[in-house]
Amino acid sequence: MKITNDEIKHVARLARLYLSDEEEKRMEKDLGAILTFMDKLNNLDTAGVPQTAHAVETSNVLREDVAAPSFDREELLKNAPTVEDGCYSVPKVVE
Amino acid sequence: MNYETVIGLEVHSELATASKAFCSCENKFGGEPNTHCCPVCSGMPGVLPVLNKKVVEFCIKAGLATNCSITRYGKQDRKNYFYPDLPKAYQISQYDLPICHSGYIDIKMDGYTRRVRITRIHIEEDAGKLVHSEFGSSTLVDYNRCGVPLIEIVTEPDIRSSAEAYVFLETLRNILMYIEVSDCKMQEGSLRCDVNLSVRPEGSAEYGTRCEMKNVNSFSAAVRAMDYERVRQIELLSSGEEVSQETRRWDDEKGMSALMRTKEDAQDYRYFPDPDLCAIVIDDEWVESIRSTLPELPEQKKERYMGELSLSEYDAEFICAKKALAALFDDARAAGASAKAAANWIMSDISKILNDSETEPEDSPFGGKELAELISLIDKGTISGSIAKKVLKKMFDNPQKSPAQIVEESGMVQISDEGAIREIVLKVLNDNPKSVEDYKNGKKAAMGFLVGQTMRALRGQGNPQLINKLLSEELDK
Amino acid sequence: MELYKLTAHEAVQMMNNREFSSKELTQSVLARISAVEDKVGAYISVTEDEALAVAQSADEKIARGEKLAGIEGVPIAIKDNMCTKNMLTTCASKMLSNFVPPYDATAVLKVKKGGGVIVGKANMDEFAMGSTTEHSYFKKTANPYDTTRVPGGSSGGSAAAVAADEAILALGSDTGGSIRQPAALCGVVGMKPTYGLVSRYGLVAFASSLDQIGPVAKDVRDCAQLLNTIVGHDDKDSTSLLYPERDYTGALTGDIRGLKLGLPKEYFGEGVDKAVSEAVKRAAAKYEQLGACVEECSLEKTQYALAAYYIISSAEASSNLARYDGIKYGYRAERFDNLIDLYTKTRSEGFGDEVKRRIMIGTYALSSGYYDAYYKKALEVRTLVKRDFDAAFEKYDALLTPVSPTAAWQIGSMEQDPMRMYMADVCTVSLNIAGLPGIALPCGQDADKMPIGMQLIGKAFGEETILRAAYAFEQETDFCKMRPAL
Repeated sequence: MKITNDEIKHVARLARLYLSDEEEKRMEKDLGAILTFMDKLNNLDTAGVPQTAHAVETSNVLREDVAAPSFDREELLKNAPTVEDGCYSVPKVVE
Repeated sequence: MNYETVIGLEVHSELATASKAFCSCENKFGGEPNTHCCPVCSGMPGVLPVLNKKVVEFCIKAGLATNCSITRYGKQDRKNYFYPDLPKAYQISQYDLPICHSGYIDIKMDGYTRRVRITRIHIEEDAGKLVHSEFGSSTLVDYNRCGVPLIEIVTEPDIRSSAEAYVFLETLRNILMYIEVSDCKMQEGSLRCDVNLSVRPEGSAEYGTRCEMKNVNSFSAAVRAMDYERVRQIELLSSGEEVSQETRRWDDEKGMSALMRTKEDAQDYRYFPDPDLCAIVIDDEWVESIRSTLPELPEQKKERYMGELSLSEYDAEFICAKKALAALFDDARAAGASAKAAANWIMSDISKILNDSETEPEDSPFGGKELAELISLIDKGTISGSIAKKVLKKMFDNPQKSPAQIVEESGMVQISDEGAIREIVLKVLNDNPKSVEDYKNGKKAAMGFLVGQTMRALRGQGNPQLINKLLSEELDK
Repeated sequence: MELYKLTAHEAVQMMNNREFSSKELTQSVLARISAVEDKVGAYISVTEDEALAVAQSADEKIARGEKLAGIEGVPIAIKDNMCTKNMLTTCASKMLSNFVPPYDATAVLKVKKGGGVIVGKANMDEFAMGSTTEHSYFKKTANPYDTTRVPGGSSGGSAAAVAADEAILALGSDTGGSIRQPAALCGVVGMKPTYGLVSRYGLVAFASSLDQIGPVAKDVRDCAQLLNTIVGHDDKDSTSLLYPERDYTGALTGDIRGLKLGLPKEYFGEGVDKAVSEAVKRAAAKYEQLGACVEECSLEKTQYALAAYYIISSAEASSNLARYDGIKYGYRAERFDNLIDLYTKTRSEGFGDEVKRRIMIGTYALSSGYYDAYYKKALEVRTLVKRDFDAAFEKYDALLTPVSPTAAWQIGSMEQDPMRMYMADVCTVSLNIAGLPGIALPCGQDADKMPIGMQLIGKAFGEETILRAAYAFEQETDFCKMRPAL
């Protein structure tokens, strides 16, 4: 399947990626080829076939509702690029 | 043209579990920023979620209490979007297989009952909090609330006015509090709602275009937002324009809403089954074991109060409409108070004090046991009804003291000493010859004045029955 | 004696006999790293001090008169996508180039508890996306047999380290062949266990429903031993299964008489090098000699597995990698105008081309309007692939196939053609789709003396069967004794 430049732009926006014009062109070509390959699946009739989202199906893996001490805040935040008042900080969010 | 309003609600309620939905961090409001966090709820690379069993059980419980069907097979999905309060950049939620579906709540309006259908109730995780510093150029991110379990309750567009929506929200809140799955504290954000509203010409069978309103932080704000939106849409239609499907943000301070996003830039959440989490399989046995833990629900309680206890419908409904009031009533009865006395106190003086002091019933400083004690002090003649009102006031201000203690410490014990009262009565009669004269001339109202004077001389602590009796005796001599 | 050449089981026995200490063994491996790392480039970081401290405690144990067991005192490399507490964990990405996890992955914790001496973090394709280890932000790893060729990937660093004697053991992760394919290309043993047998907690996710940690080793016994160390239910991983633990070395009897081995013809078809298919067929003949019953069979949905794999893995990856946004950890763009700009610049600068490509495919496959055609379809095909295997395992105990269609190729030869690189995973991805265990071990050489590997596929939890089969073959042949001349 062909993928249009508009679609590439839309998907890049969804994925929060900037692509240069050149990257967009390459992505168009690569994704086009990959999607064409994937379209092969349409040759297979899957009517009525259930979906498998997990390699091994299990159910009700649940934990008891017991609280335990949380993590040390310094440890938690030590990888953050910027920290302010015990918080992660980001450029001002305007809503 | 007359327009009908059509409203559907999406209510988010934080569950009152001990730990978060997918990790064992404490589920607790507030706290220093980022101190109720771990690698899991802060979205570190490599971490994995494990679902809290109680979250499923609370959701089932909410479903049973709202007449829902419980699914046999549920799954959890990822809702993908970027926002700083969402550390994994996806929210674990449920897309096509929610735990509960197809329920309803009947709400009582003046003169009619409205059935509001519940489309679904599903489980999901809460996001963190952004603190916007007023100065400076940054926003601070606190993940304490990340991973706190929520249920989202979605209704069908069955609500026809903001008044109905208000009653629905109150009724739902009461049910959630009765079954103890949420503390429903609006001020702490543990109950929040989004509103979907459209209008259509009266009699029309088709729905109009709806708008969604976010950031509605209280039930009364919801009412204001709905009223505003209704007018906005009707004005658009009346002037020949169209309502466009959009999401709007309510600003309660300004009393108006503003466009957040249009249908065109609606987000594409790319839901898909979360590969880190397994299916939730619910069998009859599990459902029944949860059903057996359901307490008496408001509607059932009301019926019982009216039947067994012969309360009026109005009183029964009033008391049942708040879980804490019903608990106060039940506890007072258990401690020996009569239903009628307990109901009267709750309906009048207690409600007034709570209202005047803007206290929620669940925050009342005294309980049913204390109320029963107060009532028994009256019954025993230790205090009069009017003193009891004063005692109640003091109970409210001094929660650590029992009614008996208050009565004793403040010397409010009723004077029932016949000799002492007769002495005062004689003095009052002596001091008020005019009133005595009036009484003897047939003006029976003069009696009231004389009772008042006697009570005043006794600083309000005289036994009213005794005062009446002795006054009559002396006057009729 | 060049201690670094030893296998783990040899080394442990000799340390128990006090022939040398764990410190000496570790120093030998560290010296080997210094000597050949320039040529191989297997490591992103080497943790000499930590390693020597762990070796020291193994030696103290010996000094107390106790015996070492399992992998105790043995140098091991950890693929750099497993979190190691207070030790850089980069996923070979600029995005995590400065990330120091505050916690250990469960598998790493098990290695530490088992006394394994972690000597460093192995190079890989960025976020495990790739089949060549060319897609690392830091360096390209070379194949120890011919340093102009790729070692395979994405666990290329792990496989190359073991092949080049820069580690005695290594942990890799396998999403679509990422342990087995580099093991085959580097002439070592690598295993992907049944999905859920080893905890994924702390493994930086690429595709959660496919990822599995597994051992890379010089021989089958070491592979079984390392598997012993890392398996087990973990209540931090909902997909970790409750399966009774056992001693996998117990399966190494050498006796495979009566073993029913299927040879699925689709794995020997077009695109598979003649040298490769012939080597695997010779192995099949060997098995017959050893008393196994070998039969050609068919897994006809295999041809669809690759497309389904790339849809599922990319979709999951697009979501798993969304958390890298420059806020909590890792790289953050230096200049940005606002929040969205911060996100977008950070991600555009922090991710390499291959990662971006997968994120784009995955985002597309999940996006509104395409979900049914791609993602949903792939999940349905996944069911069919599983059914194919279920049917085959009604007849056979294990399946024998090639691992990679070719031996190692030249570095750079596929860089401009992602589709060609994806095709190289054709023999391995179906196991991940179905959650099955597979082991890769050497079974020959091509005309250029590059190693050729074969793959034994087991049914779910059939690790013992494939280990037994692999071990029997290994005992009867010399392929596992081959070593590169570096």
